[in-house]
Amino acid sequence: MAQLNMVQAINLALAQEMERDDRVVLLGEDVGRDGGVFRVTEGLQERFGAERVMDTPLAESGIVGAAIGMAAFGLRPVAEIQFLGFAYAAFDQLATHASRLRGRSRGRFTCPLVVRTPYGGGIRAPELHEESSEAFFCHLPGLKVVVPSGPYSAKGLLLAALRDPDPVLFLEPTRLYRMIREEVPEEDYTVPLGTARVAREGSGVTVIAWGSMLERTLKAAKPYDAEIIDLLTLNPLDLETILSSVRKTGRLVIVHEAPLTCGLGAEIAATVAAEAILSLRGPVLRVAAPDVVMPLPKLEDAYLPTAEQIQAALDEVLKY
Amino acid sequence: MAEETLATFTIRRLAVLDEHGVADEPLLPALSEEELLRLHELMVLARTFDQRALALQREGRLGTYPPITGQEAAQVGSAFALDPTDRVFPSFREMGVHLTLGYPVDRLYQYWAGDERGQRAPEGLEIFPVCVSVGSHIPHAVGAAIAARYRKEEAVAVAYFGDGATSKGDFHEALNLAGVFRLPALFICQNNQWAISVPVKEQTAAVSLAQKALAYGIEGVQVDGNDVLAVYRATREALERARSGGGPTFIECLTYRMEDHTTADDAARYRPPEAVEAWKRKDPISRLERFLTGRELLDDGKIADVHTQAVATIDAAVKAMEAIPPPSPAEMFDYTCANLGRRQVAQRQEA
Ligand SMILES: Cc1ncc(C[n+]2csc(CCOP(=O)(O)OP(=O)(O)O)c2C)c(N)n1
Ligand SMILES: [Mg+2]
Repeated sequence: MAQLNMVQAINLALAQEMERDDRVVLLGEDVGRDGGVFRVTEGLQERFGAERVMDTPLAESGIVGAAIGMAAFGLRPVAEIQFLGFAYAAFDQLATHASRLRGRSRGRFTCPLVVRTPYGGGIRAPELHEESSEAFFCHLPGLKVVVPSGPYSAKGLLLAALRDPDPVLFLEPTRLYRMIREEVPEEDYTVPLGTARVAREGSGVTVIAWGSMLERTLKAAKPYDAEIIDLLTLNPLDLETILSSVRKTGRLVIVHEAPLTCGLGAEIAATVAAEAILSLRGPVLRVAAPDVVMPLPKLEDAYLPTAEQIQAALDEVLKY
Repeated sequence: MAEETLATFTIRRLAVLDEHGVADEPLLPALSEEELLRLHELMVLARTFDQRALALQREGRLGTYPPITGQEAAQVGSAFALDPTDRVFPSFREMGVHLTLGYPVDRLYQYWAGDERGQRAPEGLEIFPVCVSVGSHIPHAVGAAIAARYRKEEAVAVAYFGDGATSKGDFHEALNLAGVFRLPALFICQNNQWAISVPVKEQTAAVSLAQKALAYGIEGVQVDGNDVLAVYRATREALERARSGGGPTFIECLTYRMEDHTTADDAARYRPPEAVEAWKRKDPISRLERFLTGRELLDDGKIADVHTQAVATIDAAVKAMEAIPPPSPAEMFDYTCANLGRRQVAQRQEA
């Protein structure tokens, strides 16, 4: 087994699936000759040709819109949007079409589409290159939203996404792209969509995180008897894993780097309040970014949740 | 350095029949007598469908409805040129296209009565569901054309939309992509000269919509959209170009919206009735009738028969539509995604 970083793991998943299934076609800005701005698709055009790894004009809505037409007519397109902040231009295609095509056509047309995009903060990049607006997309019934937390989950989730019969938004935490190396099996394996992973067992408090906040949470929670859940799929939520952990620990902290208000933490907290309130010993706390726009690099650290903030929340709930 | 001319362009406008139904013989498309009569039947069927829909809506038997009256030539003439394997991406005002391609009439009414099941195209017809969001479906045709080429299928992808849609970014992105990839795609714009209350002159500063194609390096042509033979001819040419690797075409059908934008609209608020009167003289159905009568393919008796037949078809479709049992609430869930989440499963049970 090889030690890979997340960029390599995603590249491997794409290459293996393209080898296995000739319906898989990549398209996006700079994905071909240049191998993508993060080099995630490096070498794939050379290997599979320009018909399967298509450099497109600069047109986010057009890219996702075209990918919808490709998906409906027998391909399994993988559209890359260069940064999540530019996916806003394609939000219309996701909300208006990709997530609705199966329903609107009553099953006559489906949309097995994967939209991959770098996501999240902490990389000292220009404006709109560090967005964590996952909650917008989680509000679309019919669209799955997935966030890997390391190379192993990246490969397995991407393979699952590529084989899913419905559209999947695959958010790649840029801060982790080259930060973590992990054993990534060469063999085919999937990490099923809709299933969270208990990243660390514990009994005093449940902490839920995803993407790059999982890494920060694991570090911050080291001294605590915390059960840490790596959400992996943000929509649909793995309610069983969340609720059974909270029923066991009686306490819950949710960590996300998106702004607090209407973040995904709110949905989780509300679900726990509805379904496990009698197990709770204290308030459900959310550690999140403030309700401001993601700032430029000079203030980035002031925006992203810190290990200290996570620890303060753990200390607070553990008082109960 | 002197200034030089990089390129010059011309915009063609195609018409075969004049307002009196007199043909420019060399331009007549190769259509058999049966096919010419079929075009007439389909246009009459489309108008009958439309006028019945307006009546049904007034009686509360259909929901909000966008009439096509006046646009039958643009719709029937273009769709008649298509193969059943071609991929069609309609807007919401294309019932004449559906009818020409053989979409079940009762299903069309079912959709406009508020039942999404009517949107499921039968097997063998590659018609995407109606797109209510103006212009956002145009890129889907680009993708369908990419898929056709990749899989070495003959199909051409055809997007239908209105003049208002040409102001949308998706129109631009789609035509640009289609041009860059030289795709087997066809973009058919029905310039009915209105986007609700906005006249086409306020939609663009360009003298035609067809010329927009030039900026994307693709073919563009304006046709008399009330001349079914011109529309058919232009569509045939474009399909042949697409199938032989010559790339996409943008066809502007210049026509006119004779009714309100929808049954929820009152066009008297923004356009003078005289404008509509002037266009009545260009009516696409009577124009074809004059042509066919001149050729002794039709006469008053035969025209009456065509109408009787259309009414019978529509009567039967309305009856069939109204006999369809209403959908069950569980039906909302069944096509949201292939594998429902736990919460959706519970919600479905309670629905
Ligand atoms: C994106 C979007 N914006 C606004 C509307 C509301 N609307 C429905 S039809 C229409 C005008 C469309 O004009 P045109 O493209 O010329 O088509 P037509 O209605 O004339 O067939 C508008 C503004 C919509 N459905 N979608
Ligand atoms: Mg219009």
